[in-house]
Order: sequence, then C-alpha cells, then structure tokens
Amino acid sequence: MLFKQNRALPGFGLTLGITLLYLSLIVLIPLSGVLIQTASLSWEQFWETISDSRVVASYQLSFGASFVAAGINVIFGLLIAWVLVRYSFPGKRVIDGLIDLPFALPTAVAGIVLTTLYSPNGWIGSFFDSFGIKVAFTPLGIIIALTFIGLPFVVRTVQPVLEDLDKEMEEAASILGASRWQTFRFVILPPLYPALLTGFSLAFARALGEYGSIVFISGNMPMKTEITPLLIMTKLEQFDYAGATAIALVMLTISFLLLFLINGIQWFSQRHQRSARK
Amino acid sequence: MKSSVAPSEGIPLQKTIPIKQTKRFRWLLISLVFLFLSLFLLIPLVAIFVEAFSQGLDVYFEAITEPYAASAIQLTLLVAAIAVPLNLLFGVVASWCLAKFDFPGKNFIITLIDLPFAISPVISGLIFVLLFGTQGLLGDWLIAHNLRIVFAVPGIVLATVFVTFPFVARELIPLMQSQGIQEEEAATSLGANGWQVFFRITLPNIKWGLLYGVILCNARAMGEFGAVSVVSGHIRGETNTIPLHVETLYNEYNFTAAFAVASLLTLLALITLIVKGFVEWKTKQSENESQSEIG
Repeated sequence: MLFKQNRALPGFGLTLGITLLYLSLIVLIPLSGVLIQTASLSWEQFWETISDSRVVASYQLSFGASFVAAGINVIFGLLIAWVLVRYSFPGKRVIDGLIDLPFALPTAVAGIVLTTLYSPNGWIGSFFDSFGIKVAFTPLGIIIALTFIGLPFVVRTVQPVLEDLDKEMEEAASILGASRWQTFRFVILPPLYPALLTGFSLAFARALGEYGSIVFISGNMPMKTEITPLLIMTKLEQFDYAGATAIALVMLTISFLLLFLINGIQWFSQRHQRSARK
Repeated sequence: MKSSVAPSEGIPLQKTIPIKQTKRFRWLLISLVFLFLSLFLLIPLVAIFVEAFSQGLDVYFEAITEPYAASAIQLTLLVAAIAVPLNLLFGVVASWCLAKFDFPGKNFIITLIDLPFAISPVISGLIFVLLFGTQGLLGDWLIAHNLRIVFAVPGIVLATVFVTFPFVARELIPLMQSQGIQEEEAATSLGANGWQVFFRITLPNIKWGLLYGVILCNARAMGEFGAVSVVSGHIRGETNTIPLHVETLYNEYNFTAAFAVASLLTLLALITLIVKGFVEWKTKQSENESQSEIG
C-alpha cells in the first residue's frame, strides 16, 4: 500500500471505492456520453452547428444577460451584505433568512410569478409599462429573472468576509482624515475582492445554465429572446440529438472553465490569507 | 447608538463624520436594500399566494386535489423518496473518505462532486436522453429488452439523482474536515470498531449539517424543473412532477390552478429556509457550548 501512514481510522478503501463507483455511474459515465455523441459529427458539421447565426445570437443573449445580472448582484449583494453585517434594524433576521429563497424556490415557480408580476398588466410591469418600458418577454425580463436566481451568491460569499473585517482599520482611516468614500474604496473594498469575484462567477455560471425561470419570462423568440439552454431543448424536441449535443458541449466547456476559475480564486485567496497572517 | 465608523474612546466622533449624516446615510442604505428585496423577493412571494387564492378556497383545494395534481404530487414524492436517501448515503460515505483521510487526487474528486452544480439543468437531462433515448447509446439494447427509461419514471429518477448529487456531500465535507479526526482516533485506539466510531462519535457531531444537507437535497429533488423536463415527456398523470404540472397549467392559461400548485412548492421552500435558520442557530449554540467548556 502506497499511503499507509495515516490509516488510523477504518474504512478508507471501502468508502473510496463506493465514492468512485457512484461518482462514475451517476456523473462521469453519463457525461462522457456527450463526447461520444459529438464524435459522431464531422468537424465541419460541428462548427456549422455551433456557429449558426441563431445559435450565436443565443450565446450573445445568454452571456450578455448573465453578465449584467451577475453585475447587478455584485452591487446589490455587497450592499445587502453590508447592511446585514453592520446595521441593526427591525426585520433583519427575516431578511437574512429570505436571501436564500432563490436557492430553495423551484425555478418554475420563480418563472411564473416573475412573469405575472412583470408582464404589462402585472403589479410591477404595469408601472414600467406606463413609461413605455416592457419587461416581460424582452431581454430585460431575462435579466430580472437571472438577477433573482443569482441573488444569494454574492451576499453569501461577501457576508463572512465582512464579518471578519477589522473595524479598527476603518477607524484608523477616518481618524487619519479619509473621507467615507476613500475609506470604502481603499480600506473596505480591497479585502472583499476575492469574495466579490467568487460571488460574481458563481452567479454568472448559474445564470448561464438557467432554464426554468427564463422559459416563462423570455417569450422565446428566435434571434431575440432565445437563450442557449432553450435552443438545446428546441433541438432535442426536433430529435436533432447531434445538434443539441454540439451546443451542449460548448456550454459544458464554458461551465468547466468557470468551475476551475472559481476553485482557483478560492485556492489563491486562501493561500494569500494564510501567508498574510504569517 | 452604534455608528459604523465610530472611532474608539477619546477621539470626538464629530471631527471625523457627523453622527446625523452617518445616520441618514445608514437609513438610505437600508431603504435601498428593502426596495431591492421587495421587488425581487417579497412581492413575488406574496404574489404567489395572492394569485393562488384569488378565486377562493374551493378553487384552491380543487386545483391541488384533482387527479392530475394528485398524481403529480405522488410522482414527486416517489422521486424524492428514491433520490434523497441515495444521495444521503453517498454524501456520508464520500465525506468520510474525503474529510478523514489524505490522499493524492482528493481535491480533484471534490471538484468532480461539484460538477452537477456547474452544469445547466437542460444538459443534465440531455445526457440521460443521449444514453437511454431511442437514438441513444443504449437505445437498441433497451428496446430489445422492452425497457423504458427516458420519457418514463426511471429517467426522472436518474436525472433527479444527478442534479441533487452534490448537496449532502458538499455540506458535510467542510464540516467534517473542520472537526478533525482526534475523537475518532481516540475511540479506535480504545477498541471501537468502524461502525461504533461512526454512530457514536461522528454522527452526533455532524447531525445538524447532515439535516441541512438532506433538506436542501429534498427541496431541489422536489423542485427540479429543467433536467426533469427534458427526460419526462410531459405525459399528464404519468410523468408529470409537480413543477411540470405547474408549467402545463400555466401554458393552458389556467393561472389560478398553476399558482395553487406552485404554492405547495413555495411552502416547501419556506420550510426549507426555516429549517436552515434552526440548524444555524443550533450550530452556533453548540459552538458556544464547546467554547465555554474550554474556557
């Protein structure tokens, strides 16, 4: 045996075996089916499928809307985390608990309620409609739904870092004559960058793949409000398995890159913190 | 009255930032948060129940008890009853292996466990269609043996197991890592066997985290839409889960019934959040207890 030194506890071989077996059966083998199916396409067919103008329009919409929604989440997530950590006000604990609602609420439910609210005759939509702004069935509606879906990520990554932040630094800065903006910009914000970046990437990755809430609010018009996951669904319904798989492979590659980026940021900031403490 | 930027004693606060201005700024920020959360969380939450009860209690109960709704509820309960225990067992086994032992490639396995979180739900469904669909890799074999997986209940179960795969493990691995292995090692050296160590030492230590992982896993198993939608085939009364039933009703412009059924899922989500709050409170309490024991 290779790594015998810390085997004080029983069950290593058994649990590792079960873990790898279950992981392979449920995740790895099914996923590899995507690669096998794509391999049945020639390179030209593959390229033609993934660079078709309707598909490219869906990438632009998916990336654009996810980017804007994740950006909104960074700004408001930081604000919410700040208010929750630093201030006390009535209803704070309820608000804190409700932040996770988008994690717990099924996406289909979120989809139908946001569509109803933001459609031209809905409670909120009618308000915007009086200014001539249409929300549901436009890219704006997609951004609203994606903002809802990604809301908890930035709050939950920033909150613990903000709790650990030393208030004395801010006091020192303001005693030394820094304005509130300067204190925020140069003292509070820098230690939050890794958490903000992680939160942004998590919200962005989640938004890219989101399907359930968007399918209701977007209206699903090709070239205009058709997101990439929906296009995969359409191709599947037309039994164009190869086409669906080719687009799925593009999305999978991007998801993997994002996953490694997120893990990389976390690994880097952990190491950075550890060396800073030393 | 605590100010966020109040310097410690000795230095007059007014010289840096006037209290009045700080206070006004604070309420401005709090109001902004309330406005944002109202638009995105509170109003939608209220609207679900308002729409669900908009035609009275009778219509509401009719919508959630009619045969198609009942069969959707049954199917969802069945799927969760298979998927959650499977992933619970896996989660415990995997976190024992990954949190209590050190070996090369460990972090890579942890990343692999996260994969289903990173994948679009539509793709999660697609992979099972590619494997088990009529044109899929195992399609001919399944037809020859008269087995149906996709567009039937087994496909829905598989897709749900895939999507909810990481929840319990994700919750337990960091928790068990932070608890270390001293207690377990002590028990082993005193002659306890593996099962005794797990049930008497490890399980009591992780029970709250485990409960939270299970409740999250369950919420997602019952609420999954995208992946299940791909593999289900939308056969009313047969392969419609609760979220798919909501979609069907909504697309038929039967909004009140759609929201009535959706309100069941919303209640589930709210219960999940309450359990989460309870678990966090319990964890904090036991942390304080162990600290006071040391002190």
